[in-house]
Amino acid sequence: MYSTDLRTDKEKKSADQQILDDAELWDTFQARIDNGDTIEAKDAMPEKYRQTLTRQISQHAHSEIIGQLPEGNWVTRAPTLKRKLILLAKIQDEAGHGLYLYSAAETLGRSRDDMVADLLSGKAKYSTIFNYPTPTWADIGTIGWLVDGAAIVNQIPLCRCSYGPYARAMVRVCKEESFHQRQGYEIVTTLARGSAEQKAMAQDSLNRFWWPSLMMFGPSDSASTHSSQNMKWNIKRHSNDELRQRFIDATIPQAEFLGLTIPDPDLKWNEERGSYDHGDIDWDEFWAVIKDGGICGKDRIQARRAAAKDGVWVRAAAEAYAAKQSAKEQVA
Amino acid sequence: MSVAEKYIGAKTPSKPETIYMLRLADNTLILGQRLSEMCGHAPEMELDIALTNISLDLIGQAKLLFEHILTLEDLAPNADVLAMTRPLEQYTNCLFVAQPNVDFAHIMLKQYLFSTMQKLQYEALLESRDETLAAIAEKSLKEIAYHIRFAKTWLLRLGDGTEESRTRMADALDCLWRFTGEMFVRDAGLADAVNAGLSTDFTQHYDGWTLEVESVFTEAGGLTPPETARMIMGGHQGQHDDNLGHILADMQFMQRSYPGLKW
Ligand SMILES: [Fe+2]
Ligand SMILES: [Fe+2]
Ligand SMILES: [Fe+2]
Repeated sequence: MYSTDLRTDKEKKSADQQILDDAELWDTFQARIDNGDTIEAKDAMPEKYRQTLTRQISQHAHSEIIGQLPEGNWVTRAPTLKRKLILLAKIQDEAGHGLYLYSAAETLGRSRDDMVADLLSGKAKYSTIFNYPTPTWADIGTIGWLVDGAAIVNQIPLCRCSYGPYARAMVRVCKEESFHQRQGYEIVTTLARGSAEQKAMAQDSLNRFWWPSLMMFGPSDSASTHSSQNMKWNIKRHSNDELRQRFIDATIPQAEFLGLTIPDPDLKWNEERGSYDHGDIDWDEFWAVIKDGGICGKDRIQARRAAAKDGVWVRAAAEAYAAKQSAKEQVA
Repeated sequence: MSVAEKYIGAKTPSKPETIYMLRLADNTLILGQRLSEMCGHAPEMELDIALTNISLDLIGQAKLLFEHILTLEDLAPNADVLAMTRPLEQYTNCLFVAQPNVDFAHIMLKQYLFSTMQKLQYEALLESRDETLAAIAEKSLKEIAYHIRFAKTWLLRLGDGTEESRTRMADALDCLWRFTGEMFVRDAGLADAVNAGLSTDFTQHYDGWTLEVESVFTEAGGLTPPETARMIMGGHQGQHDDNLGHILADMQFMQRSYPGLKW
């Protein structure tokens, strides 16, 4: 997901080595977690907890900010005034989520500027889903439906995670994401009930976004070694596969209702489990996108770097102006 | 079936009321559309949100106006067709609103100059014979007040900030000033609207507006408008410059590619 651990094994190991936490703190801290306490910014916490959360929350923030771009691709071309307004408002919400999450991450000690610098240098990760292109208008519907939909499934449990500032951010963010999900589904519904051309556009978009959406939940549990500590700390409450399954089970009836076909020939209802079985996910593709940024990764970073570059002289001007104003006040 | 056969276009307005309102709608639509290009690309994340907000307001104002126009004259089946399918020469926005974003100094100066004009233009609608239009103006004026505050703050910061920001603001003023005259031109479109009791003549405030913005320029690091032998005009008559065609290529893309469909 936006917050899935996307570091390579090598990166994870070196981070682990840097951490020398005092055993006593780990125990008292764990006791608080087990007691259901909410951890606040000023509370003592193991360095590793701090680092894990900083990475997770900032990665989530980066995903919100980068996530503006694939949808921003359609702002000037949205087909109607109403769709244009809704899309602008959605992208504005995502920017707000980004800011809100950066603030939550900052409570752990790193500044937003530092975190953003990591994003621009390519050091920090963000959800791979935003490295896929949005060539057609249907993609705006599909993103709302599937990407915001997957985000909700992942983030609802985080509303009760152990770190207070993150949990509170998630409550607010989830409300807006479910709004986005409904709006996205409404776009897809309009297409599915429209002309043959429109329906084909919706199907094509679903074909392209289905598997990358499933990948948003992160690697399969057998491959994800970090889950157990995060579960103990209650910053992860369900396994990646469990959340993915939840998303699949919720989404398939929605696709069927619209007469759209999920691009997975192995998909079938499993009576015994009361759940859908699905085909294998192409994890090579997932790791390849993490490594090379896929189709759009370079463009996404370029766009954010260009914005940051513009920000330098604007910020310098604002600071110079503020300094002049306060100098004037002192004279007066 | 050829695209031409399927093409659903809008008719040209024939009443003084709809002619004038279409001009107002096109102004905010095109400026809002221009501003929306910045979505996801503004120089600061906070500014991204603020610019998107202003863009939302402007396009929202346009939508209300287009919808109201259609209740007065049957120009198109709906506001989207009216807003998004006309040929270039039937757009009657002033040239000013179509000017490119260039940089944040251009964007803020353009917004400040437009919004301060728009305030006068919409105050002149408050006593309109057309009560719906008066209500749209009243609602819009609240948004306009915020746009002015926001843009003015940045105009001062950039004008009186660093040497670079001042140079950029001076460049923006140099580029944009010559298009401001058209916003205040008392042409037949406005005169007919005044005669029809739709609006009072807001161009009588042109001199006061000039004094006001010039005093803000002075405060903004001592900027002065360039010597301008003449103002550049034509948009209100559908005579546009290089910009509008590109804006429409994006804005009309879906309506032109797939005419007559619901989205
Ligand atoms: Fe979001
Ligand atoms: Fe999110
Ligand atoms: Fe969202």
